[in-house]
Amino acid sequence: MAASTSTQPGPRKRAGLARLGRPLGRPGRSWRLGRFEHLLWIGPALALIAVVVLWPIVAMIQTSFRNITPLGIDIGSAGWSNFSAVLENSNLPGILVRTVVWVAAVVAITMLLSLGLAQLFNQRFPGRRYARWAIIAPWAASVMMTALIFRWMLQPDNGVIYLFLHQLGIVHTFTVSQPDWLGSPDAALACMIAVGVFVSLPFTTYVLLAGLQSIPGELYEAGKVDGASRWYAYRHITLPLLRPAFAVATVINLMNVFNSFPIIWEMTRGGPGYETATSTVFMYDLKGTFVGQAAAMSIVNFTLVVVIVLIFLRVNRWNREEAY
Amino acid sequence: MAVPTATADRGLTGRGARTRRGAPGDGTPRRLPGVRTAIIAAVAYIIAIIFLLPYLEMLITAVRPSKELYDRDYLPHHFAWSNLTNMWGATYGILSSVRVSLEIAGGATLLVLLVALPAAYHTSRRRFRGRVAFLLLVLATQMLQPTALIVGIYKEFLSFGLLGVNPVWSLILVNAGFNLAFAIWILNAYIGSIPVELEEAAMVDGHGRLGALFHVTLPLALPGVVTALIFTFISAWNEFISALTLTTSSSDYPLTVRLDSFIGQYTVDWQHLFGASVVATIPVFILFALIEGRVVGGLTAGSVK
Repeated sequence: MAASTSTQPGPRKRAGLARLGRPLGRPGRSWRLGRFEHLLWIGPALALIAVVVLWPIVAMIQTSFRNITPLGIDIGSAGWSNFSAVLENSNLPGILVRTVVWVAAVVAITMLLSLGLAQLFNQRFPGRRYARWAIIAPWAASVMMTALIFRWMLQPDNGVIYLFLHQLGIVHTFTVSQPDWLGSPDAALACMIAVGVFVSLPFTTYVLLAGLQSIPGELYEAGKVDGASRWYAYRHITLPLLRPAFAVATVINLMNVFNSFPIIWEMTRGGPGYETATSTVFMYDLKGTFVGQAAAMSIVNFTLVVVIVLIFLRVNRWNREEAY
Repeated sequence: MAVPTATADRGLTGRGARTRRGAPGDGTPRRLPGVRTAIIAAVAYIIAIIFLLPYLEMLITAVRPSKELYDRDYLPHHFAWSNLTNMWGATYGILSSVRVSLEIAGGATLLVLLVALPAAYHTSRRRFRGRVAFLLLVLATQMLQPTALIVGIYKEFLSFGLLGVNPVWSLILVNAGFNLAFAIWILNAYIGSIPVELEEAAMVDGHGRLGALFHVTLPLALPGVVTALIFTFISAWNEFISALTLTTSSSDYPLTVRLDSFIGQYTVDWQHLFGASVVATIPVFILFALIEGRVVGGLTAGSVK
C-alpha cells in the first residue's frame, strides 16, 4: 500500500508539499526512508482498523458457517444451516416488518421535524445559543440512559407522561386500570419510535443547520427583489440547496436507526417474545444461544442496511433528476 | 467542509435581534424586538425546555425519598439529597464503575490521539500511493458500528479474554477503533486548513519536521484536536453494546452496564439508577457544549467528500 515512488507528489500543484516531503537539505535520508515512511505514519491506524474492524468481520463470517452449541463448543462446520435456520425462523417475517416500520418511521419523522427545528434555530433571537445548547442534550447523553428515563416516565402506576396526559384528559383510565403501553406490542413500538426520534433530532437538526448556513444570503436578497414570498423562497431556494445536507443526514440516520439497540433493549428487551424486536435486537438475542445463527443474522442485517441505503440513494437521484 | 461555518456562526449568535429599531421619526422611537422575533424566541425556548425535561425528571427521581418514589406527582414533598451521597457505597458498585468508565474512555481517547494524529497529518500533507485507498478504508469503518459487528467482536475478544486480557483493554481498543474515523476526518480538515508555508518557515528557523508539527501545526489545529478528543471520550463513556457483551464480572462493569444491571433484577432501584445517570450525564453535557459547533463537520465530512 505505502509505495516507493512517492516522495515526489504527483502533479506539481504545490511546490511546498514537495519540499516538505523531504527534510530540507538532506535528500539522501528521505530516499532511504521513503518506502517505509508512509507506513510509519499511517501504520498504527491501519493496525487498529485491522484489529477492531477487519478481524471481527472475518471472525463473524467464519462463525456464521460453524456449528456452535449454546455452551460455546464448536462441533464442526454447519454449511449454510445457520442461514437457513435464521431465515426459516417463524418470528422473522414479523421482525422484518417491524424493522422496516421502525426505521422508516423514526427516520421520516426525524427528518421532517428537523427541517422545522433547523429553520427555527437558524433565526436570530436573543438567547439562541443557550436554546441550541439545550437541544443537544439527547445527543450528548447515553442513549441507554435516555431510554431508561422514558421507561420510568411510562411506568403504568406513576409515570409522569401518564400523569400529564391524564390531567389533559387524554388518558381517562389512569386510576382505574392503568394503561401499560410498554406492555402491549403496538403501543410499545410507538413509544420506542418516539424515543428514537427524540435522540435522533439533535444530530439531524445540526446537520441541516450547517446546510442552511452554507446557503449564501444574496440568493434571498435576489429573491426579495424579484418579489418572491417567504414560502416561495423556502421552496425554491432553501429546499433545493439543502438537499445534500438532507441526503447525508438521511443516510447516516438510516444506518444509525437500523443498528439502534439500546432503546428497544432498555424499554422492552424486544419482548414479549420477539413482538417488539427489530432485526438488530433479534440478532443480539440469538447471540446468547446460537452464536452461529447470530453471525448469520448479522450478515443478513448488513445486507439489509446496504439495500435500504441503496434504495434511498436511488429514490433521491430520481427526485433530483425530476427537479431539474 | 463545515468547519469554518461553525466558527463564523458563533459570532452571530445572540446578537442582531435586538438591534432592529424603528426608523427615526416614524413615531416609534425604539421598538423592542419585533413581535415575530418574540414569537420565534418563545417557541424556541419551549422546545428547548421540552428537550431538557426528561433529564430534569432524571434528576428529580434521583432525589426522591424512597417513601415518595411511586407517588403520582411531578415533584416530591421534599428532596432527599442524601440519595446522591449514599449511593457510593460498595453494594451498588457505582464508584468502581465510574473508575472503569474513566479508564475505558480515557484510554480510548489517548489511543485515538496517538493513532489518528500521525495518520491525519500525513494524509493531509503528503500525496502518496495508497493514500486514497487508506482514506476510503477509514470512511468504510465510519459506516460500520459496533452493533453491526458485535458477534465478530465477541468472538475475537472472547479469545483475548481466555488469554487473560482484562476486558478494559479490549474495550479501549474497540472504542478507539470505532472513533478513529471521526478523529482522522476532523484532524485532516483542520491541518489541511493550515498553510504549509508556516511549517516551512519553522523548518527554515531550524526546527525539524516534527518540531514544526509540534510547535506550529498542532497549536493551530488545537480546536480540531480538542473536538476529536472530547468526542471520542464522550462516545466511549456512553458506549453500551460492546461493554455489555465483553464484560462478564461485575467488577469490570462500566457505568452503562452497571445501570443495565440495576434493571435486570426483580425490583428496580430507580433512585440509585438515576443518581448514577445524573453523575454520568452532567459532565458529558458540559463537554459536549464545548465542541457542539464543530462535531457535525467531522461526522459528515467523510460522506460529503
